Amino acid sequence: MSTKIGDRVKRSEDKRFITGAGKYTDDIRQENQAYAAFVRSPYAHANVKGIDASAAEAMDGVIAVLNGAQLTGDGIGNIICGWAVSSKDGSPMNMGAWSALATEKVRYVGDAVAVVIAETDALARLGAEAVEVDYEELPTVVKADKALAEGAPQIHENAPGNQIFDWEIGDQAATDAALATAAHITEVDITNNRLSPNPMEPRAAIATYDAAEEHYTLYTTSQNPHVARLVLSAFYNVAPEHKLRVIAPDVGGGFGAKIYIYPEEITCLWASMKTNRSVKWTSDRSEAFMTDAHGRDHITNARMGFDADGKIVGFKVDTIANVGAYMSLFSSAVPTYLYGTLMSGQYDMPAIHCNVRTAYTNTVPVDAYRGAGRPEATYLIETMMERAAREMAMDPAELRRRNFIQSFPHQTPVILAYDAGDFPKILQMAQESADVAGFATRKAEAASRGMLRGLGYSTFIEACGLAPSAAAGSLGAGVGLWESAEVRMNPVGTIEVLTGSHSHGQGHETTFAQIVADRFDIPIENVKIVHGDTDKVQFGMGTYGSRSAPVGMSAVVKAMDKVEAKIKKIVAHVLEADEADLVIEGGAVSVAGTDKQMLWHEIGLAAYMAHNLPEGMEPGLKETAFFDPVNFSFPSGAFICEVEVDPETGTTEIVQFTSADDFGTIINPMIVEGQVHGGVAQGIGQALLEQVIYDDDGQLLTGSYMDYTMPRADDLPFFTIDHHATPSPNNPLGVKGCGEAGAIGAPPAVINAITDAIGAEGLAMPATPMNVWRAIQAAKSSIAAE
Amino acid sequence: MANINITVNGKSVSKDVEDNTLLVDFLREDLRLTGTHVGCDTSQCGACVVHVDGKAVKSCTTLAASLDGAVVTTVEGVANGELHPMQTAFNDNHGLQCGFCTPGMIMSGIDMVNRYKADGRELTADAIRHELEGNICRCTGYHNIVKSIQDAAAKM
Ligand code: FES
Ligand code: FES
Repeated sequence: MSTKIGDRVKRSEDKRFITGAGKYTDDIRQENQAYAAFVRSPYAHANVKGIDASAAEAMDGVIAVLNGAQLTGDGIGNIICGWAVSSKDGSPMNMGAWSALATEKVRYVGDAVAVVIAETDALARLGAEAVEVDYEELPTVVKADKALAEGAPQIHENAPGNQIFDWEIGDQAATDAALATAAHITEVDITNNRLSPNPMEPRAAIATYDAAEEHYTLYTTSQNPHVARLVLSAFYNVAPEHKLRVIAPDVGGGFGAKIYIYPEEITCLWASMKTNRSVKWTSDRSEAFMTDAHGRDHITNARMGFDADGKIVGFKVDTIANVGAYMSLFSSAVPTYLYGTLMSGQYDMPAIHCNVRTAYTNTVPVDAYRGAGRPEATYLIETMMERAAREMAMDPAELRRRNFIQSFPHQTPVILAYDAGDFPKILQMAQESADVAGFATRKAEAASRGMLRGLGYSTFIEACGLAPSAAAGSLGAGVGLWESAEVRMNPVGTIEVLTGSHSHGQGHETTFAQIVADRFDIPIENVKIVHGDTDKVQFGMGTYGSRSAPVGMSAVVKAMDKVEAKIKKIVAHVLEADEADLVIEGGAVSVAGTDKQMLWHEIGLAAYMAHNLPEGMEPGLKETAFFDPVNFSFPSGAFICEVEVDPETGTTEIVQFTSADDFGTIINPMIVEGQVHGGVAQGIGQALLEQVIYDDDGQLLTGSYMDYTMPRADDLPFFTIDHHATPSPNNPLGVKGCGEAGAIGAPPAVINAITDAIGAEGLAMPATPMNVWRAIQAAKSSIAAE
Repeated sequence: MANINITVNGKSVSKDVEDNTLLVDFLREDLRLTGTHVGCDTSQCGACVVHVDGKAVKSCTTLAASLDGAVVTTVEGVANGELHPMQTAFNDNHGLQCGFCTPGMIMSGIDMVNRYKADGRELTADAIRHELEGNICRCTGYHNIVKSIQDAAAKM
């Protein structure tokens, strides 16, 4: 049976997961395995005056206690940020040193100062507790605006005033001039709440050093094992690339948190060499809250100006972004090139200026979390659009329609050039499936039960498919952002595809196989997708930024083009036919209009037997390709959220959530819908439930699932999902990427709906019952005061 | 240290365990049944759910030493020659993405269907959402997990 692009093919990888046969990093056990436990700072900011490991070293089962001085002494390099962003005055960013094990100073609660290697996990933890560290406490700062204020504690010597850079994009003079002419200005002060990504599988690593070969093997929970190997080699000097194999086996979710190379992986590798043992570390959830990079955490003032017809004339944004205690891998790019460049949204804006200052604070590093910069931009734009509509007494959908970009390509004032889309169409689809026309009736019915019903929109765009390498390089990226693939047909006619994309829930083993089965018209069972091992796959940039379909699959298509070309040459030669007459169909290549054909395995055999190949052709049937996109892809969507708020308790129920997305070509609608479900759930989590809180001393108050509210099944509705495709012109399949849309678009839709229900401005995320109730009370008292 | 005799996935096992050994560690480390996962340290996420004497329990908060004579079933033990209807339903309805929460979801799902059937109650979508209070999934938004359990309930 043939499988086509667009079919709802069930996932082939499911079998191992539903039977408990998945192989995650913590499931793997190496011979001669020891365990690592980290000695972590209980203080958010302190000088390290001394480390006394003698008690721990004397404990039974403790193999070694290792510290930062030894690590740097062995030449292990500092952890780096991979994207150089300069200030608007041209000065480079002020990056402070980050050692995998802190030496002189600790800068957040959880910063590791030493590691204990022991025979068992329990002994390693006991050993870590026995290490005595002499700390000299220093004043702390945890909020980005306070960190930039006069007199704040200085966190890194080379970042005066804790500022990393002061960056801008767009045209300030033009924007100021436009705002001066505006008939109406909407202004907001808005916070984007700090989140913890929380993939359900905690991070883990097992490092093994082979002294005879001077070779390392690392199993780890990574979204991009090749990038991990590159960085571990080129920057951290663990070992050159040919002496280091990184394997990311089954990985239980990433959402950005597993992009980076953390101190623990580096330390395990180094410790395996020091102790000549395999060294395993598995994070527990408390450690994950403390040490996994967080997301979001912006404070913004913004002004959007409109003319008398409701057309946007200018948009001015001033943001402070919290980067945490150290600059993580993409920390500089997320609040700049993944944020400021999105400020045009789906709208035709003649003038934009966005200024971003980034600050060090005594908190865990902040980096990409599903959406990364684009959710922050979308939340700002979309809550402002709806507020502006209320202020100008316009229908919020109508205000959006007046401002939608209608023709493509469209050059925004903030670098990006949108390639394709149909914004009015997807908004209309969402309105129809959400039955917006019937909303007034539903609202009246809810009111009769004493409930406040509200409806909110979010019409959003994202830049995905990271990224054209040269363009990214000109903006400071430290790596190319192409993807690679190898397609090899075996002598028996089955096909293996090796891809640098990594699947940690996205279902690549099914969707990547689907595009091969579609192209060659062979059974999907005959296609195998290999990923996640640097010894098998030639190279790869991994999975993040919704790039696996637009970039990763495109590389597979390029490799298939080459395989097909060779197949046709072989068949034309063997059948003495003209290549132009050959058709690929039904597991064979046939000569059109004749009964001459070669079955798929006959072609494979012919290529490898090499008894009868065209003159000069190499044997074998295996091709590789690198795909470097010419542009980003631009998925877009329209979300409509309908809520009921109980004015007595402030509780919000999401009664309906509707999405109409444009992801370009869809390979497998079942999987795409699953991605939207998960993304929207995370967006609703941000809007209603989730919030990382540090107290003023930098202690993490939300360090477990008792305090950090994860969305659970009864917090969420069933979702209604529609698609409309305007294929991307910039890759062979016309795909755009779908992984982040939900998390990007959902928060403003939810907040807009609650605001509509309660009739009070300025509701902050997360809209907990307490926050909503307070907003209702504040609105009541301000009405009473009028 | 205690010696326990228990039945795990139909096989009897006799082992010495420390008094503080958690069932999940006994399963994962001693028996190498790694289908049961650990997603938290506060008994909140349900990645570790197994059946003890036919009832769902969180193996991260159960002491192995307390289980002498018990019958334990893990996700590795629910298929009986062919996949359990709950397993098939998760595949049919795309009820999993990364798969990490899945063993716990399947074990909780089987338990809730059994309980509702025994009581003659209807397992509605709302009831499933309520019953899943102790199981966290970060990938799926629960939409397809609820559908999977509904589908399996109709077939069990
Ligand atoms: S591991 Fe048992 S509830 Fe989380
Ligand atoms: S499928 Fe990934 S946590 Fe549920």
